[in-house]
Amino acid sequence: DITFTQERYNSFIDLQDQLHRNLCRQRTLVAIGTHDLDSVQGPFKYDARKPSDIQFVPLTPDDKGSFAASDLLHFYETDPAAKHLKPYVPIIKDSPLYPVVLDANETVMSLPPIINGSKSKITLETKNVFIECTATDLTKANIVLDTVVAMFSEYCAAPFEVEPVTVEYQDDQGSVVDSYVTPLMYTRREKASVEYCNSMNGIQLTGEEMVTLCNKVQFGPAELCDDGKVLEVTVPPTRSDILHAVDIAEDIGIAYGYNNIVKKIPNTNTVGGEQPLNKLGDLLRDEIGRAGYIEVLTHGLCSIRDNFTALGRAVGPAVSLSNPANVEYQVVRTTLLPGLLKTLQHNKSASFTQGFKLFEISDVVLPDNEWVVTDTIVGSKNARRVCAVYAGPTSGFEIIHGLVDRIMTLCEVAPEAEYIANSAKSKEEEYRVSKEGWTYTIAELDSTDTVAGTYFPGRAAAVLLTSPESGKRIQIGTFGIIHPDVLNNFDIQYPSSCMEFDLEALL
Amino acid sequence: MTEAETAILTHLSSSPEATIEDTFPWSEEIKIDHKAIVGAVKSLLVEEYVAASDLSTSFFTLSKEGEGILANGSQEVLVLKALIEAGKLSIKDLQEKVGKDVSKIGVGNCMKNKWAKKDGGDLVPIKTMEEVTDDIQAALKTLSDAGGVTDGIDDKVVTGLKKRKLISQVTRKSYKVTRGAQYAPTRVKKAADLTKEMLDSGDWKTTPFKPYNFMTLGEKVGGGYLHPLLKVRAEFRKILMEMGFHEMPTNKWVESSFWNFDSLFQPQSHPARDAHDTFFIKEPASTVAVPEEYYERVKKMHEVGGDGSIGYRYDFKREEAFKNLLRTHTTAISSQMLYKLANQKGGFTPQRYFSIDRVFRNETMDSTHLCEFHQVEGLVADYNLSLGDLIGTIETFFKKIGITQLRFKPAFNPYTEPSMEIFGYHPDLKKWTEIGNSGMFRPEMLRPMGLPENVRVIAWGLSLERPTMIKYRIKNIRDLFGHKVEMARTRTAPVCRFDSALEDDQ
Repeated sequence: DITFTQERYNSFIDLQDQLHRNLCRQRTLVAIGTHDLDSVQGPFKYDARKPSDIQFVPLTPDDKGSFAASDLLHFYETDPAAKHLKPYVPIIKDSPLYPVVLDANETVMSLPPIINGSKSKITLETKNVFIECTATDLTKANIVLDTVVAMFSEYCAAPFEVEPVTVEYQDDQGSVVDSYVTPLMYTRREKASVEYCNSMNGIQLTGEEMVTLCNKVQFGPAELCDDGKVLEVTVPPTRSDILHAVDIAEDIGIAYGYNNIVKKIPNTNTVGGEQPLNKLGDLLRDEIGRAGYIEVLTHGLCSIRDNFTALGRAVGPAVSLSNPANVEYQVVRTTLLPGLLKTLQHNKSASFTQGFKLFEISDVVLPDNEWVVTDTIVGSKNARRVCAVYAGPTSGFEIIHGLVDRIMTLCEVAPEAEYIANSAKSKEEEYRVSKEGWTYTIAELDSTDTVAGTYFPGRAAAVLLTSPESGKRIQIGTFGIIHPDVLNNFDIQYPSSCMEFDLEALL
Repeated sequence: MTEAETAILTHLSSSPEATIEDTFPWSEEIKIDHKAIVGAVKSLLVEEYVAASDLSTSFFTLSKEGEGILANGSQEVLVLKALIEAGKLSIKDLQEKVGKDVSKIGVGNCMKNKWAKKDGGDLVPIKTMEEVTDDIQAALKTLSDAGGVTDGIDDKVVTGLKKRKLISQVTRKSYKVTRGAQYAPTRVKKAADLTKEMLDSGDWKTTPFKPYNFMTLGEKVGGGYLHPLLKVRAEFRKILMEMGFHEMPTNKWVESSFWNFDSLFQPQSHPARDAHDTFFIKEPASTVAVPEEYYERVKKMHEVGGDGSIGYRYDFKREEAFKNLLRTHTTAISSQMLYKLANQKGGFTPQRYFSIDRVFRNETMDSTHLCEFHQVEGLVADYNLSLGDLIGTIETFFKKIGITQLRFKPAFNPYTEPSMEIFGYHPDLKKWTEIGNSGMFRPEMLRPMGLPENVRVIAWGLSLERPTMIKYRIKNIRDLFGHKVEMARTRTAPVCRFDSALEDDQ
């Protein structure tokens, strides 16, 4: 026995819209239908029918007459006047059967989740409202129904008086297999210990003070039990977010005012520290910067073209996205090189006469079905790389080579005797400090290597590391003069060299 | 010393009052090019060997045409001559006789002076040679004889000559030179720099040095440079380690929905798990394995609750939990660290963790948002922590980066309860702004991990880009992250220091 004013009517529609957007997740979880009870006849049916069997007069601004449901959806997809309904069409469009709500006279009242029928529409004259919520999540449906009822039954002639409805589930033979009454108006009593609430917030309230606060924030009626130690509150149906005592504690904290809480520091001492890989990375960043290289920070996502073909490499395994924002973000990079080359490309107008040197120490991602972290295998792993580029009037091969040697020196890896035999003896060699069992050497890169296409033929080298763990030479990276085709792909006009290798191998 | 310098200094050596009245005539006298003299004067002036005052003389020179007229007579006279000789001439014939250029100018002037007139297609002379005078040629001669000085010539005549571009004005600068404050009969060369030869020979003791110009920037240092965002990252890492926080291993960009959402008690229907906000992986699309016992406990918590919670009461789907994605927050790693902490040998011990690393969000990009950015996250796991501890920890951190005034506002996160938005008064921006987010992890998240009931975990986070953009005055995030960063900005970025308010207290 409700009375609608224009304001209340608008507010009612508004509430449905908001709930549809949020709790109902754009009508995919729950759809709310509201009807003028006096214009239809109970009992009501919630059924699934073939689209062509459904004849329906939808609620549209101008009376377009009756539609078959399949035509109707097509209409909503194409007609500009109905464009606000277009996003919901895909929810049921491809189903063999469409859900319908019917009254006893087989009048179609609504076609959830799209739209309600014209026959049962609510007007300012409506006196009695029938509310139905259809959903894929029953808990949510009840929450939504409770919310609508709680918020609007205030306007009933006898405030907060509603007529409950029995929901019956029928099987194929027509017998009732399950039934319950809605709205649940799900309220419950929830308990939280007074000490818990105080301890969570870092405040000191008495039980009585908490009761007062609870009554203020719609948790009433609240009372103390268990010898004044436990607070018992009533959780209203509109507070579906109260899952645990901690939610009650938070509301008490909010009522108290967060800015009134006295701050303190957690008592336990802990020792700070860093990850060895990050430590090594930061130390090397400093050293490479000192060597004259400018640090860059590039995107982790790139296109397949930039990550493989533009580098003269065959398209290999990489982690790809199913919903990239655009083609520039198709895959997660497996090499740091494209970022550096794109930076060179962007700085075309800078001076290259003294050599333009860039570097980056950062992660790439490689598919890997065996890598385990926290007892979990996701199918890929991160790899920390060092990458540097030199571009100038000459290729800078020896310069990049020099950087490789420098990094090894800094990481306490000694060059193999044969490798160093031809170079001039220097004082530095006398003072070299290196870890036992760690050596490295350089060898010409095999032309069948996956990255060989990036380099100028005859000017590519593999960096081979021997660690005490493995006892043999393992290729941890490569360096060399970049192939002119690759330079062309990135619009770089100066001969360039680059190096990239795996930093984790040096830990 | 040059020949010119020698000449000048020698001339001035005769007496203290010696003067070169005008360098130009003097230079002609001593037969040294005036330009060399001028150069020498300027050079000697710098070191105050001489003092000089500027002189300037104006005179006229004849143009090529003017020289021609001086020699042969003006064009109009030549034309008249030709007309008188022939009686009359057509323009064409005239041109043939005296030349096109002469004809063109001459005919015009003849007509002006009324020396000739047109008769049909021909020209006819009106005056005879005796009746006309070649004023132009006469004027040029007078000027030439006077050395280009116009004193004796009527101004109107001069203007006329200028108009016909027969003369042009030249200004010559010269000097009147006297002894200067540092006068000496011979010039001693001053050195610009101290050299090894001077040190070896000891000449540095006797060599005079040029005065130095201090008002220019020094030479550029060269070398390499570090990226501004990473400078801030290094500073933040240091600050957090100073506070006793231990770094988490976050080198894991591809994550399972299980760790990124489900283990954090974020429901599977939550909007953030939409393709609108999260990047899902096409290949490899599904997680291969998760710790199964823990998975079951997480599933139960979502479906029915437990340990004092009523749960979400929906059907928890395995396929949903096994969807791979690019992590949307480093909290996915924090969750794993807490799980490990709960299950380590010897059981739970209190710990402080931090991380600063990259996260990925499928958001609309604008001048301050890209789909990749860096998150700073800190958490403390200990017994019976409260919001007071959270506020205290947050305050300590922000004080170390120079933000002392903080206010906290209630907020909502699916995995923290209570949650607070952190607002601070920023000293650079001079206004209140949101500087971070924080909260206490929900019991529904902690209990399935096996953490004891009275263990609470407080956490807070902020982005790394925002404080960097404020500190380095960068307006667009593309100027900070990616391949379009200006190298010049990296080169001038200062060292990262925050005005720590804590240090002032010490």
